[in-house]
Amino acid sequence: MPWQQTARLLSLAALSFLHLTSCGQTNNNVTIGTQDQVLHIGNSTEPQGLDPHLVTGVPEHNIIAALLEGLVTEEPKTLEPLPGAANNWSISSDQTVYTFHINPLARWSNGDSVTAADFVYSWQRLLMPDLAAEYAYQLFVLKNAEAFNKGEIDDFTQVGVKAIGRLTLRVELNAPTPYFLSLLTHYSTFPVHRKTIEAFGDIDDPGSLWTRAGNYVGNGPFQLTEWALNRIIRVEKNPHYWDAKIVRLNEIRFYPIDNLTTEERMFRSKALHLTSTVPSEKIADYLNTKPHLISISPYLGTYFYRFNLNKLPLNDVRVRQALAMSIDREKIISAVVKGGQIPAYNLTPANTLGFTPKAAIPFDVEGAKALLAAAGYPNGENFPAFEILYNTNEGHRKIAVALQQMWKQALGIELILYNQDWKSYLSTVNNMDYHIARASWIGDYVDPNSFLDMFVTEGTNNRTGFSSPEYDQLIRDASVATSKQQRFELFQRAEKILVEQVPIIPIYTYASIYLKAPQVRGWYNNVLDHHPYKYVYLQSEVAN
Amino acid sequence: MLRFIFWRILQAIPVLLVVIAVTFTLIRQAPGGPFDSEKAVSPYVLEKLNERYHLNDPIHIQFIDYVGNAIQGDFGPSFKYPTRSVSEMILTGLPITFELAINAMVVALVIGITAGLLAALRPNTAQDYLPMSAAMIGICMPSFLMGPILVLIFGLTLQWLPISGWGYAPGDKILPSITLGTTYAAYIARLTRGGMLDVLSQDYIRTARAKGVPEYQIILKHSLRGGLLPVVTFLGPAMAGLLSGSFVIETIFQIPGLGRFYVQAAFNRDYTMIMGTTIFFSMLIILFNLLSDIITVYLNPRLSYGDKH
Repeated sequence: MPWQQTARLLSLAALSFLHLTSCGQTNNNVTIGTQDQVLHIGNSTEPQGLDPHLVTGVPEHNIIAALLEGLVTEEPKTLEPLPGAANNWSISSDQTVYTFHINPLARWSNGDSVTAADFVYSWQRLLMPDLAAEYAYQLFVLKNAEAFNKGEIDDFTQVGVKAIGRLTLRVELNAPTPYFLSLLTHYSTFPVHRKTIEAFGDIDDPGSLWTRAGNYVGNGPFQLTEWALNRIIRVEKNPHYWDAKIVRLNEIRFYPIDNLTTEERMFRSKALHLTSTVPSEKIADYLNTKPHLISISPYLGTYFYRFNLNKLPLNDVRVRQALAMSIDREKIISAVVKGGQIPAYNLTPANTLGFTPKAAIPFDVEGAKALLAAAGYPNGENFPAFEILYNTNEGHRKIAVALQQMWKQALGIELILYNQDWKSYLSTVNNMDYHIARASWIGDYVDPNSFLDMFVTEGTNNRTGFSSPEYDQLIRDASVATSKQQRFELFQRAEKILVEQVPIIPIYTYASIYLKAPQVRGWYNNVLDHHPYKYVYLQSEVAN
Repeated sequence: MLRFIFWRILQAIPVLLVVIAVTFTLIRQAPGGPFDSEKAVSPYVLEKLNERYHLNDPIHIQFIDYVGNAIQGDFGPSFKYPTRSVSEMILTGLPITFELAINAMVVALVIGITAGLLAALRPNTAQDYLPMSAAMIGICMPSFLMGPILVLIFGLTLQWLPISGWGYAPGDKILPSITLGTTYAAYIARLTRGGMLDVLSQDYIRTARAKGVPEYQIILKHSLRGGLLPVVTFLGPAMAGLLSGSFVIETIFQIPGLGRFYVQAAFNRDYTMIMGTTIFFSMLIILFNLLSDIITVYLNPRLSYGDKH
């Protein structure tokens, strides 16, 4: 029968094709990459760009950290400042003047020397009003930086950064800023190569093509060799890097993978050494069956809910306290989010630069009931039904459902769930058109100030209507306090006000959760989830 | 024929203008702007950004400027990716999305026509029920389910095929093409069956059979051309659907095509990117419908071009 023969031939051809392709599968990225010291990383999404002065996200950070280096770098485990482009620095006795000595061996990837003037130029660029850099405020601790950025002064020489000679940089601050060195590990303060910027446009041209592969000149341990849109970003070891001898990776490949499930599947098929995160429904499975592949550690971020203090009945502090006190955070973590997060009873994550808030919102259902009754809603009677807002996401929905249930059971009140897409949600929250809304905050630098200055009156990130002159004064005092102890005392008092006034309900401290192949070495957990690539290397499991 | 094509292209211009106007207005009505973020952008930075992208201008001025630039092929820079122009992003993603759509179309046609033919040759027997039931499952099963199932079987369990990428490793185009093609294969199978059954019941087929023409000749020479007409009519919309609907497949299989940008642009309120991709996809849909009409007329001379000649 010719039909049967054809079918047989076709299936034979298909089988041999599949056999051929399956042979290729043993040569996966992880195995080959480990042999060649090529690290394959899932990097969540296509980066907005690679200009350190314009981008604002974690995926961008992950790549820029390979390409550029600030004055200081981070110890991979503790994040303590280590020499970077500057090999040492001194701080004046009043802690407002920093003098950095640029490493004479520091080079750009084209071989040019890194100089103090490079930093002056770069910080001027970040602060240029027309560049409209969202992270310009990172340098507002510098004298006159904010005025320059807002266009109030035109003369950049009045800003507190100067090159004193070729390799000495003098930085003058408005006030002692204990976290200043931590700010210098943020990519917005990294240097850019002046000649390259000028070759492709003006200093404040945001659309310039200097960031393309082939154009990009950096001073980091790696250099950009390929940037295929939505496909891959490839960086190779920079032979001109001053500390090139300790860099063991030859290449890093970053893949923009939006879909968490796809990323996890790619990890399983050994296409990736590292993922950016783990789908929440997979966490328990990995913890039970492959705990050596999953990494969970505290992250400098707080998941919380905002109250709109301008809306009835949330303008009554007793109602806010009752709602905050009736939430079983342990249960939310163990039964809903299941990702090793830490319950949060205050805003700043524990042990932020040695600071752990003492004031805490209690979990006290009876106390909450009494407060609600005192506010005029005994057993939740006559309590208005308003909406709990969250941005569309399955994880956020589950938590909102848990809150809804807990409030119903504990206080007898019924609230409605309401979700919006990300941009609509941001607009609703910014316009104060909500009652209770999900929120989160990730610290820009390791210091309580990164969290607490959010709730000063009229703060752009406040978005609750909360205003306390005492709180504002505490944050102002902390910004000029000279001793760590004094600052922390002020911060403790600020935390206490937040716990008493409850403009927000902290739910948990974030955890960074990702999958890591056992071959990856020199990759340590820390609260910022920063992993300086110059210490990272790959080693096959056999060589273990 | 040329006059027919000319008229159809002329009709497309107002259609496109309406699409542009509606999209332009709707995206600006959506709550949230391109520069909203979790960490609030300071008011003076926002002012500068709005100034840069002319978002402070009155909306009719913005519209006129946009259309003027678009006619010259300048869709502006992406708001989300400021160093990329919208045209560059479309031209980068398009060849990949196009290749994926063509591959999927081949899969759809081969599977669909074969299954439809088999079913039509022995209607109301197992040879009919089996492929038609499979087709019904194919129509019902969404690609976001079909994709992961195929990945699980052929990628992770049997390890025969790569599960992600496009052109990175041999065989990585197979699973996405099959996943995208299957739904359309199912439609094509049903259309082929219907078309063939219709043709096979015609008098001229009965005459051919009576004259002793071999069965394979009846099928291939006399029936197929007429029987496949519904399929051909379907090809234009199908191709447009494959091109504009590849988002799910591109996400599941990590394919750097245009579909991912299209959907992300909407979420990011990337106005220029939404406009650029919408205009582009509209043009493609118009083009493929036109091609499909031309082929249909060519295959079925009983239809005229509507120009009374």
